[in-house]
Amino acid sequence: MAVSRQPLGPAGPGGPAGEGGPLRIRELSSRQLLRGGEIVGRTPSAHPEGADFERYVEERVLTTTLDRAVAWARSNSFFPATFGLACCAIEMMSIVAARVDVARFGFEAFRASPRQADLLILSGRVSIKMAPVVRRIYDQMLEPKWAISMGACCSSMGVFNNYALVPSDKFMPIDVHVPGCPPRPEALMHGILRLRKMVQEDPELGWRERYGAQGTEEIVPDETAGRGA
Amino acid sequence: MIGEHTVGDTVFFRGHGTLEIDPATIVPVLHRLRDRGYSFLASVHGVDYYPHEPRLGVHYELLDMGRVDRVTVKLRVPTDAPEVDSVTPDRAAPGGGVLAGWPTANHQEREVYDMFGVVFRDHPDLRRILMPEDYEGHPQRRDFPIGGEPVAFTYNDTPSLGPPR
Repeated sequence: MAVSRQPLGPAGPGGPAGEGGPLRIRELSSRQLLRGGEIVGRTPSAHPEGADFERYVEERVLTTTLDRAVAWARSNSFFPATFGLACCAIEMMSIVAARVDVARFGFEAFRASPRQADLLILSGRVSIKMAPVVRRIYDQMLEPKWAISMGACCSSMGVFNNYALVPSDKFMPIDVHVPGCPPRPEALMHGILRLRKMVQEDPELGWRERYGAQGTEEIVPDETAGRGA
Repeated sequence: MIGEHTVGDTVFFRGHGTLEIDPATIVPVLHRLRDRGYSFLASVHGVDYYPHEPRLGVHYELLDMGRVDRVTVKLRVPTDAPEVDSVTPDRAAPGGGVLAGWPTANHQEREVYDMFGVVFRDHPDLRRILMPEDYEGHPQRRDFPIGGEPVAFTYNDTPSLGPPR
């Protein structure tokens, strides 16, 4: 598929010097979007110019339509993993029920295998003994993957302050924390939708690079194939 | 073996009887009570009597299902020699034959070992059950700190995240 780019006329607005062609087109359409205020959920507090503006735009706006389409598709088809740990799992069950219906967003396909899931909803207390197991399950998920820490216990140990529990931030990257003990189903739904908006706008989610969230998949070597991972 | 000094103390409080026995005789005592009808070992508990010595206690709750009667058997061991015979395995009877053990005590004695540090001799698989296998310390002892980890907020855990973009 050939993409033909047309050069701009001389009346185009100025941009960073030394860059021509496609970058100027990207910058112009993004600038129009910003000035028209059509960016969903992001309102820039100031209007940077020049090189700052280019970096500002590239950080916040999906640059190609294909990226945007893929992000839209990914955000509307989360496959949560069935990973209920404790009491919060009951509220996670109730979002699949009729009143707060997660199927109207397309997320009702809870997968039992982490290899087929892309959203890990940590619902409940994570004990020290369970933490390596959770980390292993998270590693077995394939990129792109996201994690929601549901409830107070896995976000920040909740009501507990003892030898047994560990907050989930200590061993795996979490995208959205949902407070509550347990969070109401509507609150968990709000958290999932907030994650959906995050994925729609910027699937890179830059903080995850410095957290080391990429490249953590567990690949089982072939000689252990008979063990049944 | 059971002798004169096996039973240290008996307590009868609110319709519930308790025997406090010498720790070395726990297996014969439970077998003798089973012969009397208390065949169901309901639970095994661990206790820390700090600061009183001997410090670690193990309580066995027995139930007679026919008469619906319960009795508690308590023993105490010091921290420097916290060894008790396990009631889990089958034992050889002195006159031949096998005296059956209580398989329910398998996990419960593991829990008492994990939380208090009481070592059960002849236990088939004595290892930690609630904490990770390489954990150090026995959390339910009274001199064990409450523990817990500081919650990772941005102001106290930022170095692992790097500068905000």
